[in-house]
Amino acid sequence: MNNTLLEVSGVSVSFDGFKAINSLSIQIAEPELRAIIGPNGAGKTTFMDIITGKTKPDEGVVIWGERNISLLGMSEADIANAGIGRKFQKPTVFEAQTVRQNLAMALKNPRGPLAVLLHRKTPANAARIEAIAEEIGLSDSLPRIAGELSHGQKQWLEIGMLLAQEPRLLLVDEPAAGMTVEEREKTTDILKRAAQTRAVVVVEHDMEFVRRLNCKVTVLHEGSVLAEGSLDHVTSNPTVIEVYLGRGHA
Amino acid sequence: MHKTFISQNPSVLWFIALLGLFTLAVTVGSEAFGTGLISTSMVKTLGKTLCLCLIAIAMDVVWGYCGILSLGHFAFFGIGGYAIGMWLMYARTEGIVLSSLSGQAIPSTSQEISDAIGNQIFGVVGSSDFPWLWAFADNLFLQLLMVIVVPGLLALVFGWLAFRSRVTGVYLSILTQAMTLALSLWLFQNDSGLRGNNGLSGLQNIPGFEGSSQADISLAFFLGSALALALGYLLFAWVVSGKMGSVVQGIRDNEARVRFLGYRVEGYKLFIFTLTAVISGIAGALYYPQAGIINPAELAPIASIYLAVWVAIGGRGRLYGAVIGAAFVSLLSSWFTGGGAPAIDLGFYTILWTDWWLVLLGVSFVCVTLFFPKGIGGLFDYLVRKPS
Repeated sequence: MNNTLLEVSGVSVSFDGFKAINSLSIQIAEPELRAIIGPNGAGKTTFMDIITGKTKPDEGVVIWGERNISLLGMSEADIANAGIGRKFQKPTVFEAQTVRQNLAMALKNPRGPLAVLLHRKTPANAARIEAIAEEIGLSDSLPRIAGELSHGQKQWLEIGMLLAQEPRLLLVDEPAAGMTVEEREKTTDILKRAAQTRAVVVVEHDMEFVRRLNCKVTVLHEGSVLAEGSLDHVTSNPTVIEVYLGRGHA
Repeated sequence: MHKTFISQNPSVLWFIALLGLFTLAVTVGSEAFGTGLISTSMVKTLGKTLCLCLIAIAMDVVWGYCGILSLGHFAFFGIGGYAIGMWLMYARTEGIVLSSLSGQAIPSTSQEISDAIGNQIFGVVGSSDFPWLWAFADNLFLQLLMVIVVPGLLALVFGWLAFRSRVTGVYLSILTQAMTLALSLWLFQNDSGLRGNNGLSGLQNIPGFEGSSQADISLAFFLGSALALALGYLLFAWVVSGKMGSVVQGIRDNEARVRFLGYRVEGYKLFIFTLTAVISGIAGALYYPQAGIINPAELAPIASIYLAVWVAIGGRGRLYGAVIGAAFVSLLSSWFTGGGAPAIDLGFYTILWTDWWLVLLGVSFVCVTLFFPKGIGGLFDYLVRKPS
């Protein structure tokens, strides 16, 4: 693949001697929808922490974009501005503020204090907020305080905030956790649509949800890639069955 | 833009209107106006209270909105006071020295005059040389600039070091406390160049206005303080509204999320910390000419803790709450500690409020924190918009 957007290769990181990530290599193309699965402690969240600059790896490289920029050594804010958006496992929206304010803050605009201080509301921005609210099904909730939203709505708002950033790569950590079946379907649709124009990486426990995403799957185990391919391909892999499905179904 | 800003924040208009009414009432009642319903010392107390309200809204912005519990903002207040105090003291002493030397047959050289002024000011700490700190003390404009520049620069450097290292929460509070303690201890030294524990005094005498009565001067400062509070309120209300307010409150509620949205959190914190430090400095520069004296004890850590208590009692995250808290608690404090409150005789023990006021304040702080986390300002919210 020539349109590689993100290349992680040979990355290792350990916490107090425990190897959370062990010479991990993953390539993400643009556009692409990718699911990352794995048992607890497989290093899924740490993988996201490394890409977004929260955790510095002990070794390895993380290369981004056409110009092959290294993401290591960049701050979280710089990485976000380079085009990587992240959704946390627990829905983290600004609960004291309205849905509109949440989206407005995430909207791709100059991020410096002076620009923000002198920021004026424009019809163009308002239209973008409306469009995103429509996409995530929160059009009627724009004036509501985000803290009042249901769990599922908060998840969508956070996905909406990611979309508002207009990132080239979306990292989504367990978007379906705690959702009803209906909400899951809607979340799948949002992610699939987002992945038509950009790269979307979904970390998920739920096999049903991953099946519905219908995309390439990477199985992580003990900090490295165990298998990669279609869901049917990886689930028929004996090692995967042993370490993940076997244990999960035990 | 201002139209939408005000229409989105009706409480700002209310505040300015009430402050205007209050200012008018005090002016009409003052001795300077002629009615004399309010004593000059009361006008001074009210003027000082307005300055405390100004630093309280600064504290509310940095703590209530941005989530940085600074326990050092009174240091900036004190620096503002010292900066203006240096000019007040220098210019007044110069006037006295010049008039006492003017009777002599041979005109004094500028060196002799300078020595005489130095002797007058620094005699109490056994010195007569002007320390480098006083280089601009003869220039009102430069000292006024210092009121803004010194707190701003200190906050900028301190904040840059602290925020860049991602010091947050209670560790940052302790650091700010250490900063104000260090400053206070340094000022206590006789060779600090600012007269050690004597501090600067006679600040209520404004050079150039020797003919004016204290009644006139205190009313002028009261009006100046009211204007500064109104402008400061408008400035802060504007800063914490709109997108800046969103980002700043986002930092308070979830710093990491703001970072992952692409905002450089350090820059925002530094902006808020420095801006509030500068406003605190201005508040101090208005306060101490009304107090008449400033000494290093003013910069003691306890002052900054009181500031946090005012804001907590008044209600964090709402500017009028900080004003209510600062005015209410500081006026109550001077009433209790000034012997205004009657002692309570229990028969076996007499409660003297000068001793027990702090206990009362401490208990109310605990109660507010436990039972009314939104403070007095929260009651307003409750009354104004009924919960839906």
